[in-house]
Amino acid sequence: MAVISTARKNKNQRHTYSSLNVAKSYPSWFYAPAAIIYAVLFLLPTLLSFFFSLTRWSLFDWQFIGFDNFAQFFSEPFLIQGTLNTVFFAFFTSGTKVVLGMLLAIWLSGAVFAKSYLRAVIFFPVLVSTVGVGITFKALMQPEDGVINASLNFFGIEGPLWLADPGTALFSVALVDVWRGVGIATVIYLAGLAAIPQEYNEAAIVDGAGKLTKFRHITLPLLFPATSTVIILSLIGGLRSFDLIWAMTRGGPGFASDVLASIIFKQYQAGFYGLSTAGNVVLFILVTAIVYPLNRYLNKKEVDY
Amino acid sequence: MTSLRSRRAMTAIAGLTVAAFALSSCASTEETDAGSDSAGSSGDSASSEPIELTILVDAQETAVQTIEGLGSAFTAQNPNITIELETRPGGDEGDNIVKTRLATDEMTDIFWYNPGALLQALNPSQTLVDLSGEDFMSRVSESFIAGVSDEEGIYGVPGATAMAGGILYNKPIYEELGLSVPLTWDEFMANNAVIEAAGYDPVIQTHGESWSSQLLVLADYHNVEQQQPGWADEFTANEANIASTPAALQGFERLEEVYEAGYMNDDAATATFSDGLSKLALGEGAHYPMLTAVIPDLAAVDGGDVEDIGFFAQPGDSADSNGLTVWLATALYVPQTTEGAQREAALQFLDFVVSADGCDAITEAVGQQGPYFVSDCTSVDENLASPIRDMFPYFEREATTPALEFLSPVKGPALPQITAAVGTGQYSALEGAELYDEDVKKQAQQLGLEGW
Amino acid sequence: MKRDTFIFKYLSGIIGIIVTAAIFIVPFVFIFFTAVKDRGQAALREFTLPESFLFFENLIAVIEARDYMLITAFVNSTVLTVASVGGMVIFGAMVAFVLQRRVTRFTGLINALILAGLIIPPAVVPTIWVLQGLNLFKTLHGLIFIEVAFGLAFTILLFRAFISSIPRELDEAAIIDGAGPIKLFFRVIFPLLRSVIATVIILQSITVFNDFQNPLYFLPGDENATVQLTLYNFQSQFNTSFNLLYMNILIITIPMLILFLLFNRRIVSGMTAGAVKG
Repeated sequence: MAVISTARKNKNQRHTYSSLNVAKSYPSWFYAPAAIIYAVLFLLPTLLSFFFSLTRWSLFDWQFIGFDNFAQFFSEPFLIQGTLNTVFFAFFTSGTKVVLGMLLAIWLSGAVFAKSYLRAVIFFPVLVSTVGVGITFKALMQPEDGVINASLNFFGIEGPLWLADPGTALFSVALVDVWRGVGIATVIYLAGLAAIPQEYNEAAIVDGAGKLTKFRHITLPLLFPATSTVIILSLIGGLRSFDLIWAMTRGGPGFASDVLASIIFKQYQAGFYGLSTAGNVVLFILVTAIVYPLNRYLNKKEVDY
Repeated sequence: MTSLRSRRAMTAIAGLTVAAFALSSCASTEETDAGSDSAGSSGDSASSEPIELTILVDAQETAVQTIEGLGSAFTAQNPNITIELETRPGGDEGDNIVKTRLATDEMTDIFWYNPGALLQALNPSQTLVDLSGEDFMSRVSESFIAGVSDEEGIYGVPGATAMAGGILYNKPIYEELGLSVPLTWDEFMANNAVIEAAGYDPVIQTHGESWSSQLLVLADYHNVEQQQPGWADEFTANEANIASTPAALQGFERLEEVYEAGYMNDDAATATFSDGLSKLALGEGAHYPMLTAVIPDLAAVDGGDVEDIGFFAQPGDSADSNGLTVWLATALYVPQTTEGAQREAALQFLDFVVSADGCDAITEAVGQQGPYFVSDCTSVDENLASPIRDMFPYFEREATTPALEFLSPVKGPALPQITAAVGTGQYSALEGAELYDEDVKKQAQQLGLEGW
Repeated sequence: MKRDTFIFKYLSGIIGIIVTAAIFIVPFVFIFFTAVKDRGQAALREFTLPESFLFFENLIAVIEARDYMLITAFVNSTVLTVASVGGMVIFGAMVAFVLQRRVTRFTGLINALILAGLIIPPAVVPTIWVLQGLNLFKTLHGLIFIEVAFGLAFTILLFRAFISSIPRELDEAAIIDGAGPIKLFFRVIFPLLRSVIATVIILQSITVFNDFQNPLYFLPGDENATVQLTLYNFQSQFNTSFNLLYMNILIITIPMLILFLLFNRRIVSGMTAGAVKG
């Protein structure tokens, strides 16, 4: 930032027009439409949520009850489980997308037969309605006659019960989330690979570096910006994930695949508006506590490279 | 780099998006106007002031057919009033949609919803029209009124017959294995063992739609009341809870017992209600703990015959006290947001619903599903379906108890999920009951009840 | 060496086609097959060839269901997507432009707010409360504003990174020619953003058109349904007609597919400039 501001000073000295012109050419009112919408519909509710999370609230009136909602939240085992589920879901999907996205992108940026077809196929699930994906995989993952277990059976493997087993339900949804989202990660990595100057690869070949060495010392470090983008975006998405889980299990069987976003929705539907808002605050704290420091760390590392 | 042509194209696109955004707000209002216009003209009555009443109803086939039948019979008598349906999901999701729409003043003119505790959770004195001054309420039976009123008023009329919760069973399986209807829980479990050995699923459970997971707990209430008469009042006053009352805990324990014995279908955790119906109707499973209100859906299953299905009360410890847990009819309510001519028309519709013509319209639409709560409707339809026939003897020997939710205003919203969790072995019966007690406390506090 | 590469190219391509076919194509074939089956066969939910090809019959049945609900939903979803993505593009580009070009003591705060917008999960019930106060709850334009508010942060980040690659000299030339801020932005800068605009349009259109959570919270009720809500509700409506349910999935995928085919090539180039550098 310091660099940017000195650059500006120099520029102003160099040219005849004053800083008044800068303000005139780049007027503050350009912020206005976005700022109004953002402040009223995002910032204001976020600030209000801190207050209403401390109340028993019926939308008409509220009663201040201190931290009771939070105490409630952490005394109920399924709410704790939901928090753990949220973290598992986010890290599993994010990690898998990083690994698969990178491998797919490296493969698809090389010389491969039917490259553009393969790229399109992998990206395609991104376009399909999440609810539709959920409905489809609910059928494909049926324990008895679903396509997945039927095919596994064909190879003599007895498939898991997927969504029907509380132990594997969340994991099954996470797999579908990876299936749906790996296309985005791949595209980001393809963009990252395209940005690597060709000279690096040529230099490596001249030096006689093997494929693995080249990957470790050139591709991986130069892909770091892409990696941190994928990590941050997929973690944020994973921690807030709702659509797919709701379409596939609604948090079930029982509470086995509940995450914070689905708990917030259920408390909202049940009319526990204060408790629901407290859930929002918990999610807010969780997301911020994970993503904010990670983002700083990744940015710092990015500069190092 | 930028050719003039592409620059122009980009500006055009930018202009379009701006225009689209600017238009959007008026476009959407125009659209709603157009929507109501076209809907208004669909009621093609020649009357001077056509009125359209919208009723929010559970998407279940029976509910929809009931309201459609009532609506067309009513419009035949009152050509200027047409009845439109809006459907919502059933179960806990539906409960919550109703709550939310009332809380946000977005309710339809009339809506179809449970009496009892679920009604109390709607905060009726503040959200619903009090019907206690209406003449037609004198035709509604006292036992029903008890479930749709509070200290300040009466809010609903019965939109169906009484129903019951218990066990639907497949008669051909019973005949094949030489079983008889169990009068105690032990006999029931003994039957299950025989059924299991014969290769059928003894107890069908469909936790994929978790409202259906609650039946073994809810339908056990007759047995609770036999052991601890008047327990519901203690429960309401927060003097007794489920986890610490052995009789009340039994419902959860029975659910756990069935799970632990491995008597449920393999896909119980994700199976849906319609899966459950077809398993029962097609003879893959022998028992399905259910409400009798689903009989019309059962009758509609392809390849099944409703005459193959029987019904018995959920058995308890003793054959002597065997009896049935009954549900009050789903009711029709008018929210306070329905005003003026709309409200008058809505009350006129309710009047019709609790008349002899109304009962006939219901019977014609879905068949008679049990005794009516209306004084003008005493006749019993001759073509009762088999499971419904099995229900009448309990009423005749007066061995019935209303479900807990009609005796107490507190019902926690998480019961479906909790029972699904117990029914899939994630929580023990005791843990489930404790969780539910917590949930009940939350609900009672949100309602502002005394003693919580 | 050359031969190896050649073999690798074709072998890995062919293996790739087989594996992606199993993982990515089978689900779509399943959707398509089920969508054209008759009711009885669809109810089995098995991966089998359709015995009957009822494409048009099922298509018409889905469209006619519940008084042409799907048509209403399509109109709503289209208005929602076009208007909110339009809003994000214009308003987001305006912010990104001034933010990148003019550094003031508020720049740090604004950057922090943008990051917050990307990270923080929206507070649902308070948002409903605010919308009710503004009479925007359960209205389509209310939901449009919501989508804009939630989508702005990501949009601004993409634009800001891209604008930093546009030389200031262009601005200066235009200013010397007497261009005011509006002319400078809409005539000079905005047209140069086209590749990143394409990226924003496709990514945000997918997000908004496929959004389920926000319509569920902020646009409840039948008459305002979006295609995703309609699909979700059809699950209970069509619990015995899976052919119609899958036909519905098929239909609502088409608009995004068209968008993808139109902008496919631009996605990677826009990403290169935007997300990765950002």
